[in-house]
Amino acid sequence: MSSDDDLPKHGLQGPAPEERPHPEGRRNSQGIRIDPEAEAEHEPRRAVISALVEDDPGVLSRVSGLFSRRQFNIESLTVGPTTVENHSRITMVVEEPDPGIDQIEKQLAKLKPVISVGELDADAVRTELVLLKVEGDDPDKVHAVTEMYDGQTLDAGPRTITVQLTGDEQKIDDAIDAFRQFGIIEIARTGYTALARGDQATVPGEKPGTADEPTQPTNAQ
Amino acid sequence: MSKQAPPDAEEADEPETTQSPVTTGSESVIRALENEGVEAAFGVQGGAIMPVYDALYHSDIRHVTMAHEQGAAHAADAFSVVRNEPGVCLATSGPGATNLVTGIADANMDSDGLLALTGQVPSDMVGSDAFQETDTTGVTAPITKHNYFASDADTVGDTVGEALALADEGRPGPTLVDLPKDVTLGETDAEPGPAAPPETTRPQYVADEGDVQTAADAIEAAERPLLLFGGGVIKADATGEARAFARDYEIPVVTTMPGIGSFPEDDDLCLSWAGMHGTGYANMAITHTDLLIAVGTRFDDRLTGGIDTFAPEAEVIHVDIDPAEISKNVYADYPLVGDAGIVIDQLDDAINTAPEADEWREQVQTWKDEYPMDYATPDDEPLKPQFVVEVLDEATSDEAIVTTGVGQHQMWAAQYWTYREPRTWVSSHGLGTMGYGLPAAIGARIAADDDQEVVCVDGDGSFLMTIQELSVAVREELDITVAVLNNEYIGMVRQWQDAFFEGRRMAAEYNWCPEFDKLAEAFGARGFRVDDYDEVADTVEEALEYDGPSVIDFHIDPAENVYPMVPSGGANGQFALTDDQL
Repeated sequence: MSSDDDLPKHGLQGPAPEERPHPEGRRNSQGIRIDPEAEAEHEPRRAVISALVEDDPGVLSRVSGLFSRRQFNIESLTVGPTTVENHSRITMVVEEPDPGIDQIEKQLAKLKPVISVGELDADAVRTELVLLKVEGDDPDKVHAVTEMYDGQTLDAGPRTITVQLTGDEQKIDDAIDAFRQFGIIEIARTGYTALARGDQATVPGEKPGTADEPTQPTNAQ
Repeated sequence: MSKQAPPDAEEADEPETTQSPVTTGSESVIRALENEGVEAAFGVQGGAIMPVYDALYHSDIRHVTMAHEQGAAHAADAFSVVRNEPGVCLATSGPGATNLVTGIADANMDSDGLLALTGQVPSDMVGSDAFQETDTTGVTAPITKHNYFASDADTVGDTVGEALALADEGRPGPTLVDLPKDVTLGETDAEPGPAAPPETTRPQYVADEGDVQTAADAIEAAERPLLLFGGGVIKADATGEARAFARDYEIPVVTTMPGIGSFPEDDDLCLSWAGMHGTGYANMAITHTDLLIAVGTRFDDRLTGGIDTFAPEAEVIHVDIDPAEISKNVYADYPLVGDAGIVIDQLDDAINTAPEADEWREQVQTWKDEYPMDYATPDDEPLKPQFVVEVLDEATSDEAIVTTGVGQHQMWAAQYWTYREPRTWVSSHGLGTMGYGLPAAIGARIAADDDQEVVCVDGDGSFLMTIQELSVAVREELDITVAVLNNEYIGMVRQWQDAFFEGRRMAAEYNWCPEFDKLAEAFGARGFRVDDYDEVADTVEEALEYDGPSVIDFHIDPAENVYPMVPSGGANGQFALTDDQL
């Protein structure tokens, strides 16, 4: 303490903000220093993330809750069993800048039921399934378009026809456009499910071809 | 088990009374805690948790009945901070569990190890909206490292052991086990095995050697290096390594608020803590450093201010055991994932020459002289809170523990008390929980050595939020001193209203609070009231000497504001020192 008369009655002494030196540098919204060589903001991109998880109760809500509370932008999520008992695979399509994708992987890896997580390469095998219910007025034409897209008719009645198609996103989008002429009544799409190509592991530490052996947890980021 | 002992049993020269075998799920729960050396638990009874309490009846674990479950969670949290091991709290289902939520969220934000055990309705009633049923694992999933729904009396002990180990492993944090009544009442003879954290959460303790070398090279080349010690340094028990590193290479040190005590604040190299109400010199240093060596911090916005102007000239070395903190808020040019103490040692081994930073150290000293934390004590103004904090500091030992609520008083307690030791500053940082101070003082008192004073510096608003816990301090005869910095406002809000809402003091006046000295006496504690400078020292001495809980109601200058202040989202280097600079 000090009883110095120079002290303000409230607050502290010292050079005011405008009297201080201020550096020129800045960071972008992702906390990256901006300098002439470095890139500016990262643009969002789509990424397919695969996670091998323990089949704990609530694992799906833990994963989806993480996405909503951290405001990660997720386009689709599929989940299903693997050949290992009590292990499931979750495949997610996300759209984020690179730092966001990095965060998604790291935050997922922190969840206790998540055994291993990784982003799939661009050449990964990926496919989506769609069910399309259209007006049944012109069954022959519907059949022809279904054939064109290697689809199958699952249900054909007097008023509606339901077909199944699989493929990548582009193919599904194109097919939906082609079916519009018949009058689409309902659509159900699954979103991507995916595996790494060839003998690559889909998630770090996974051993394809020895599927009945549990995958060892990894700290891989 | 037979209660009849053989006639000569009492004379038998048995080394230790062996624990009786487990017979129920709840006994297995308590056995798991005992196996891990849990000494104390904080909680409140209730229907669904009764079997667990029944098992505590025969245990040596000290149970402290709290007045409210929130107090139980905060007390366990503070116990964890002081002991650097997980604290344990218990509550029943439904409202008991939801009352814990604030304390669990607080522990989660501050990475404090905490195990919450909650009762639950019997398994076959789950989902039926039964009496006192809440989806506790659902409610607490976002604020725990992981939570468990116990489903089997045979495995519940192992589950509790795993949850306790997980709370302590790597970056600490809260875990919870929800215990349906049929599971805790269920018959079992299964003794819990050794507690181990789950396979899938194992942290990386040692940083990559190549990354360490690159970071070490950057330290050698730095002209304006600055160490930033966060709470992780204390959690990792790495204050020894951290202090030696700073001194060996003569690198100035700034801490975060949770990092207070990691480095002695009276050391020449220490600039105290940075951020919204950090010292001017800490904020100047962090603004002008060219290499920020950050250890165990998550770059909270109260530290960084606006990200665009945070350490804008600096490359960042970021040491953290949680890889998800690396480049989350501030990009790390040199990411080092690992344990704080181990990685500091790795860096030490990899550095050949100290950075040449004489000029920088001089500059830092100049800032210390330019922005002193001196305050005026005019005779014609009411008591200044800073003065009260300084008197309390002088009247207590270096090992004294300070707990606080949240607001202006918290900032003054952090600014004007000189911290020298880790785990002497116990506060609510990330969540900013008003009402943390008193239950934290109770937890800290149970955890601390007898010769460590425990002082709760509180505000009038914060104190009123959990004041019922004073009854616990009285019942347990706990020697704590509560110093209420009473300005009859929810002061930090009043400060913001004056600065940013043109002085419209909506819902900020607290002149309706009870007289805390009289209320303290009604609880059975000692109560004091202080209005003038000349009463401060004597009253502090009397309260500290009293062997039990005491409350001093300091009526302080209601117009006093906390400075320095970096407005929310502003640049650290633009901190205001007076009202007209905001």
